[in-house]
Amino acid sequence: MTHAAAVHHTSMGLDSRKMAFWAFIGSECLLFGSLISTYLIYKGKSVVGPYPHDILNIPFTSVSTFDLLMSSLMMVLALAAVQRGDLKWTKIWLFATAFLGILFLGGQVYEFSSFVREGLTLQTNLFGCTFFVLTGTHGAHVTVGVLWLLTLWVRALQGKLGPAQAVTVEISGLYWHFVDVVWIVIFTLVYLIQ
Amino acid sequence: MPETREHAHPNVGTYLRVAAILVILTVLEVGVFYVPAFHVVLVPTLLALSAVKFALVVLFYMHLKMDSRFFSFLFGGPFLLAVVVLVALLFLFFGQFTLRGVGGGGVGGG
Repeated sequence: MTHAAAVHHTSMGLDSRKMAFWAFIGSECLLFGSLISTYLIYKGKSVVGPYPHDILNIPFTSVSTFDLLMSSLMMVLALAAVQRGDLKWTKIWLFATAFLGILFLGGQVYEFSSFVREGLTLQTNLFGCTFFVLTGTHGAHVTVGVLWLLTLWVRALQGKLGPAQAVTVEISGLYWHFVDVVWIVIFTLVYLIQ
Repeated sequence: MPETREHAHPNVGTYLRVAAILVILTVLEVGVFYVPAFHVVLVPTLLALSAVKFALVVLFYMHLKMDSRFFSFLFGGPFLLAVVVLVALLFLFFGQFTLRGVGGGGVGGG
């Protein structure tokens, strides 16, 4: 299939896949908006501990935030590489992005495990319930992103990812950056403003 | 007729500069959190820094600055709606003006 045949333009001259994905990201804004609203509404209403200031580890989460920001940089570098047809660096940056995503997930697993050991579970109090649902939903999104990136990386290893498929990488990048901006908001509202 | 063209993306240098700014802003966020002198302005400062980081990623890494304005509409519309809903709910639960009248404890106050 040629590049020209693979491109699907709308009547507005825009790539229909990108348009659909932006609409999807819009709907995701509402999903995370509702979860963040719920967290903030129930903030400070827990009648038993642990409370956020007892348990949240800011230095550790700051490193996770840095990790996710750097993964976004790797993602745009992967996009730039695929657009110029540089398969070697496409593979490197895609894998680096997925690897940093896996590191972030590992950090989240460690954080959740330590919280459970300290007595905070989904059922403990309103903080535990809203915190785990919000950050868990974000973590599920990161997991989907990592799987998507690894799929692209395998396609790059097979030599099936060239400039003609740049929009595919760009769309996966949109998803990844959206996951990053959601974390930027969560880091501020949940971790830093206690 | 809205602007529909998709423009060229930023170069690698721009991506690296944006990343550097993002790192500096994150360091500032954590710094503000730990310095007691900033605690009186902690919330507005953190919200402002977070908003700048959010805008940088969306404009440069997600290419909304260069791409079609229709994409900005597809993202910005639901995003603004989410923000309005969030602010409305916070006013409803914590604000002076609640469903129970001025100065009430709010519907979630019980």
